[in-house]
Amino acid sequence: MPIVSSNKVGEKAWTRRLWAAFFLGPHLLGMLAFLIIPIAASLVLSFSTWDLLTPARWVGLDNYAALLNSPDFWDALKHTFYFIAGYLPLVLVLGLGLALLMNQKLRGRIFFRAAFFMPVVSAWVAVARLWKWLLNPRYGLVNWLLGLVGIEGPGWIFDPNWAIPSIILASVWKDLGFVMVLLLTGLQSISPEFYEAASLDGAASWRKLVYITLPLLSPTIFFVVVISLVNSFQVFDQVYVMTAGGPAGSSQVLVGEIVNNAFSYSRFGYASALSWVLFGLIFLVTLVQLGLQKRMVHYQ
Amino acid sequence: MQVEVENQGNISFMGARKNTLKLAAILKLAKTVPAYLALTVAALFALFPFIWMVSTSLKLPGEVLSASPVLLPTNPTLNAYVTISEAFPIWRILFNSVLVAGLTTALQLLFSAMAAFAFARINFRGRSALFVVYLATLMIPSQVTITPLFILMTGLGWVNTYQGLILPGAFSAFGVFLLRQSFLSFPKEYEEAASLEGASYWTVFRRLVLPLSGPALATLVVLSFMSAWNSFLWPLFVTRDADIMTLPVALATLQGRWTTQWNLVMAGAVLAVLPIITLYLLAQRYFVEGLTSGGLKG
Repeated sequence: MPIVSSNKVGEKAWTRRLWAAFFLGPHLLGMLAFLIIPIAASLVLSFSTWDLLTPARWVGLDNYAALLNSPDFWDALKHTFYFIAGYLPLVLVLGLGLALLMNQKLRGRIFFRAAFFMPVVSAWVAVARLWKWLLNPRYGLVNWLLGLVGIEGPGWIFDPNWAIPSIILASVWKDLGFVMVLLLTGLQSISPEFYEAASLDGAASWRKLVYITLPLLSPTIFFVVVISLVNSFQVFDQVYVMTAGGPAGSSQVLVGEIVNNAFSYSRFGYASALSWVLFGLIFLVTLVQLGLQKRMVHYQ
Repeated sequence: MQVEVENQGNISFMGARKNTLKLAAILKLAKTVPAYLALTVAALFALFPFIWMVSTSLKLPGEVLSASPVLLPTNPTLNAYVTISEAFPIWRILFNSVLVAGLTTALQLLFSAMAAFAFARINFRGRSALFVVYLATLMIPSQVTITPLFILMTGLGWVNTYQGLILPGAFSAFGVFLLRQSFLSFPKEYEEAASLEGASYWTVFRRLVLPLSGPALATLVVLSFMSAWNSFLWPLFVTRDADIMTLPVALATLQGRWTTQWNLVMAGAVLAVLPIITLYLLAQRYFVEGLTSGGLKG
């Protein structure tokens, strides 16, 4: 990234500084007030206890220690990983399948893309409501359809064993179009020459997929995995609306823990510590992935 | 495939050649059938829940809770929408959503464009260091700031106000990053010519840089509008009364009142997604480009 700038003839440094202040000032003020200072405050807060009513008190690492000793935290972490383990492979494989289909230059692609992207642009709250209705054990469409083929559908969000699978199902439905479009962009950037050479060699199409498409698509796949993982660590809206962490805490996730502690119990220090643990997890996973990427990803 | 078939009429081939071409076309078509089938099934999976949402919202309560559901309501009715508008200040809530998303987008666009211009085109001390700080904030999940922000809003008395809803969402490094990339991409010569004629930075920004950045600005508009419109966690924290709520928060409280009246709940869901889906269908290109370029889901 070359950084270029116009240096006008005879322009004085201080006029330039004034212009820089004029252009950057408003945004920098906003960033400081609503992002940078709150980030710093959150870090300080995570070493204190504060409920807004009594004065804040410095407690060192107590919040982090309390968190590590809290079964709720470990449960939320477990549920978050369970969600990721179900959601990520599903959305990736289905998204890849759709992207391969969409890459065939078929007619009506615009229509299909429009359809797949509709869940992506919709508000989670509305969509989660919708899935709660579709998955209603007695009157929902899903169990009715299952009944048609002779399967007795589960209790979905009312069953502790099915609450997270329900959330996974709704999340895959919502994000499928997004993952598909990202992967499609990657597929379209693969040079056709690779396939031409393979065709001359008489390679079968599945061999082309395994030996050409997937390796050349690996940078995009990695990108998709990174952002999907970062996003799924922060899963919350759909959980809040569909199950509110229930039944019996069986689907409480990390962000749900943060929200509960801050919002319901006014444990602001503890909630901040939780959010920094979340950040640490995201950071760690990103680092691991960047390391893996160097070894596994192929570039054209 | 289509080209080959259409050309047959214009160019005269020998009969045998014609037949092989036809056969090839049919074979190719046969190959696309499974792809079309799979895509159609997937499209149904994506769209049918929306159709079901609209259908449920138009049904009478008795028909909603039926053991054998029907797709089309026998007596379609807008009762659910009427009930919602009587129980909730729905127009006010819709207005709130439009106002919050509109102002957030406007502020985001103006200030991000100005900041991006400074980062891309004005040489000042500490520019690189500051840009690194900006980039670093992109890595921090929004949950980290939500607690101090809420405390800040309480201190300022901004809980339950429009400024409390709008301002925290109006500043992000993402918009600056996106626009800076675009500003850096066009040739410096234009600007040098303009500044030789004595144009100020403001004139260059206003007359040259902004008009040339249409697509990037459109992408940012679409992204910030969508994320502000769909935003849930922060509005949930910072609003208390229905008068100030945005649609997603109102929809979340709706369920609490009518747990099993799915026609009402679905009518609320329709109201929440209809505006953004309309906007999406009108500006599809920018939505798809914006979301893929940012890798963000809003």
